[in-house]
Amino acid sequence: MATTQQEASPQVRRKPRLVAAYGSSSKPTSGGWETFSWYFLRVSGVALIFLVIIHLLLMHVINDVSATTYCFVVARYQNPFWRAYDLLLLTLALPHGLNGLRIITDDYLHSRGWRLVVQSGLFLSLLFFWLMGSMTIITFQPTPGVCPTTHTAMVSR
Amino acid sequence: MATATGTRTIHIKVKRYQPDKDAKPYWQDFAVQAEGNDRLVDVLNKIKWEQDGTLTFRRSCVHGVCGSDAMRVNGRNRLACKLLVNDIGARVTVEPMLGFPVIRDLVVDMEPFFAKYEKVKPYLMNDEPAPRTERLQSPEQRERYDETTKCILCGACTGSCPSVWANPDWVGPASIVNAHRFIFDSRDHGGAERMQILGDRNGVWRCRTIFNCSEACPRGIHVTDAIEEVKRAIMFGTTDIA
Ligand code: FES
Repeated sequence: MATTQQEASPQVRRKPRLVAAYGSSSKPTSGGWETFSWYFLRVSGVALIFLVIIHLLLMHVINDVSATTYCFVVARYQNPFWRAYDLLLLTLALPHGLNGLRIITDDYLHSRGWRLVVQSGLFLSLLFFWLMGSMTIITFQPTPGVCPTTHTAMVSR
Repeated sequence: MATATGTRTIHIKVKRYQPDKDAKPYWQDFAVQAEGNDRLVDVLNKIKWEQDGTLTFRRSCVHGVCGSDAMRVNGRNRLACKLLVNDIGARVTVEPMLGFPVIRDLVVDMEPFFAKYEKVKPYLMNDEPAPRTERLQSPEQRERYDETTKCILCGACTGSCPSVWANPDWVGPASIVNAHRFIFDSRDHGGAERMQILGDRNGVWRCRTIFNCSEACPRGIHVTDAIEEVKRAIMFGTTDIA
């Protein structure tokens, strides 16, 4: 319905550098928590596209799922690079997902009490799963004698 | 745009609700003889004056200036006075805007809307002593926020926004447009304060760039773009974001 849309002056917003802000008071002090949370979602989202696709390819496509065994992980974790990779994946993906859920509760849970309960739950599960995951990634040591040492050379690439 | 004139029959389905006698809203059909160059508001007036005097809707200027008659027409928010019969077809569905409490028929309660509007302090804030003449501004500085001065506060954008439907506490697009109008005004010193308000939980970040607001605006304001500019100003800590 074209009739309703005709009035605005076209493209005025794109003019560069027209604002001469008087003094410092017209500048925002800082973004704050919600701004950080929004920014984190964007940045981690971009990083996760690559991290997750590479992870999926390695664990499910290039190596068949039947081959990604305990010994596969043992071999992989001989290389600190993959530990760092997994730690980064965990550290970005977990808060990314849980922060997304937090934002959904902000949208749809209108009672303060329930929001507090659910968001505390989200925060605690973030803490719990991040600690569990990162502890495992950092401290994992293979049980001696379970995996043949040749396996190591075979799968680490 | 089509220019066909001549009388035709418009079948119009209106969502009625009169809280004193209806338990819940219901649809009512009307058939109206209308010209192609009639506006939807004329059609509604015909119903009210000739068929059913109880049909209730707001209108005042009937020229797209006062913002009284925003309503949901065929699923999109429009001003009834800016919509020609030619452009809406022979079957029309008219209902009150979503996201607003309905007072009666097409009349919605605008109070929460204006409360949210006031939240962003939509007035000039400048702590310097007032000059003897106007506070001067270059044409470029004036143009920076020109588009957002065109808002008539009809609420069409806010009522079209799924984020508002989900969370009525969210300030919504219209408030941010009016914050934009002052944040990017070189004479105003309240930008930091407004950005503080809009950087909060119910501020700009609830916008998911759905673009319903831009599509709904009867003044053609690129609402989503204005919101994006405020987001960037908050993000980068400066209004110098172009
Ligand atoms: S009646 Fe004033 S805008 Fe439509």
